[in-house]
Amino acid sequence: MAAKSNLLNMALCLTSVCLVCSALLGGMYALTAEPIAKTNADILRASVNAVLPEGGELSEAVPVEVGGQASEYYISKSADGTPAAYAIKSTTAGFGGPLTVMVGITPDGKVYNTSVLSHAETPGLGAKCTEDEHFMTQFKGFDPSQKILTVKKDGGDVDAITASTITSRAYSLAVKNAVDAFKTIKGE
Amino acid sequence: MSKRKLDIFTKGFFKENPTFVLLLGMCPTLATTTSAINGLSMGLATLFVLVLSNIVISAIAPVVPDKVHIPVYIVVIATFVTILQFAMQAYTPDMYKTLGLFIPLIVVNCIVLGRAEAFASKNGIVDSALDGLGIGFGFTMALTVLGMVREILGSGSVFGWKFISGDGLLVFIMAPGAFIALGYLMVLFNKIAKKN
Amino acid sequence: MEYFLIIISAIFVNNVMLAQFLGTCPFLGVSNKLSTATGMSGAVVFVITLATLVTYLINKYLLVPFGLTFLQTIAFILVIATLVQMVEIVLKKISPSLYQALGIFLPLITTNCAVLGVALSVVTKEFTFGGGAAHMLNLGESVVYAFATAIGYGMALIIFAGLREHLELNDVPKQFKGVPIALITCGILAMAFMGFSGLV
Repeated sequence: MAAKSNLLNMALCLTSVCLVCSALLGGMYALTAEPIAKTNADILRASVNAVLPEGGELSEAVPVEVGGQASEYYISKSADGTPAAYAIKSTTAGFGGPLTVMVGITPDGKVYNTSVLSHAETPGLGAKCTEDEHFMTQFKGFDPSQKILTVKKDGGDVDAITASTITSRAYSLAVKNAVDAFKTIKGE
Repeated sequence: MSKRKLDIFTKGFFKENPTFVLLLGMCPTLATTTSAINGLSMGLATLFVLVLSNIVISAIAPVVPDKVHIPVYIVVIATFVTILQFAMQAYTPDMYKTLGLFIPLIVVNCIVLGRAEAFASKNGIVDSALDGLGIGFGFTMALTVLGMVREILGSGSVFGWKFISGDGLLVFIMAPGAFIALGYLMVLFNKIAKKN
Repeated sequence: MEYFLIIISAIFVNNVMLAQFLGTCPFLGVSNKLSTATGMSGAVVFVITLATLVTYLINKYLLVPFGLTFLQTIAFILVIATLVQMVEIVLKKISPSLYQALGIFLPLITTNCAVLGVALSVVTKEFTFGGGAAHMLNLGESVVYAFATAIGYGMALIIFAGLREHLELNDVPKQFKGVPIALITCGILAMAFMGFSGLV
């Protein structure tokens, strides 16, 4: 029942199908580009707000080097324009893949809060970095000048997640890199 | 609806269930069923592509030269998959992130190309749509059940509602558990199907 | 050194089939005989490596510079379909017996999730190997990753085929015969491979 398979028909058919589909996709892409950008912006905003104190106007992303890699940070400005806090994105190598953490730091150098943006850790073990209350809250108000940002096993002050030392190490390193980057930002 | 049309729709549930009988679309079945809601979402996403591509392919099949029909069908399917990708990225970002790579992989889901080839190219538009719906629902049903089983055993929850504290048998939400759970479910399914 | 880490990681730690579930359909279909499994592995290695090379280049020099990344899925799958067609023609000429043995499974490499899966992941995901920094792979790393991934697939396929040939001779309960027991065995094999995690 199909049309004849001569060269003209085949070329015509394939080309027209490709053209129609590409046009359709181009249209769909244009249609959804804005909603996608908005959704991504909302997610980023939520993740930044999760690690910063309430209020404050968020700046655009500013490029900075964190732990030797290109990354970015955001400044939360209070009403009079002075920086109220910094949110720095930090990525390290976790157990199963890259571990990305958003670290909120107040101008006095203390860690306000941390939040995981993405991870590839083992469910029930390293993945607890997003669920374990005790592990997560120990970073709230963490003062790097008083305590060391490595796991207790390595001589630091961070309580690792049970049986997930590698993930805990990666998390601590991510926070430490963010703190170091903060010092560079402040120093500028 | 005539009996024939009803048959076309319902055969996807038991007689020609893509997962348990036809053994098609195994990759997403194993990978995305870590929980009931993930399995359900993957099933529905595949259903969307399956029905639309069945309809379009059924419509254009008479004018497509035989020698190029595979690439043409693939382009049609890939178009719908990409449309789905953009829609999910914009409106369901969490599920988009969870299903990840497996959304574009719907293109190579043996079910979609298989139905296009075996049914849609040889039947009318309405029949092809019904076939897509039936097989799609059968697939969704299989994925949701497998997702539920893995979630209950592995996390102690159903659709996110936890009924135990702490973790379950974690192996079920990891790779080996998928194979094992599916193996046992298949035995169960065959038992039930044989009784009918 | 990093290439070594990529190879170990792709073959053992994150085995494309046993950890990522890519390529399951042909895995279950071709693994009942060791000879077809070996032939399939070779074909898959060739297709995955070449496909990743070509799609990476197309993405880098055609799709990204012209803002056409929305055509990624279509372009990639068409490249793969074409490559498989070419492999079929070549194989028919140089080894008709293998061509016959693989039968329907050869054109089915097009729909092997592993091929499209690997091609897409090297251009969209960031990777870390052995504690290195998370980064997008360059051309050399992508090709090595694809090649190692395919080797891992072939290895898993051959091991599994060996297991299945043994299963045939064993006393399996009637309802489990065939695919169910194969799946459960595969699960146990996947568990064994999980022992490799943390290697790099």
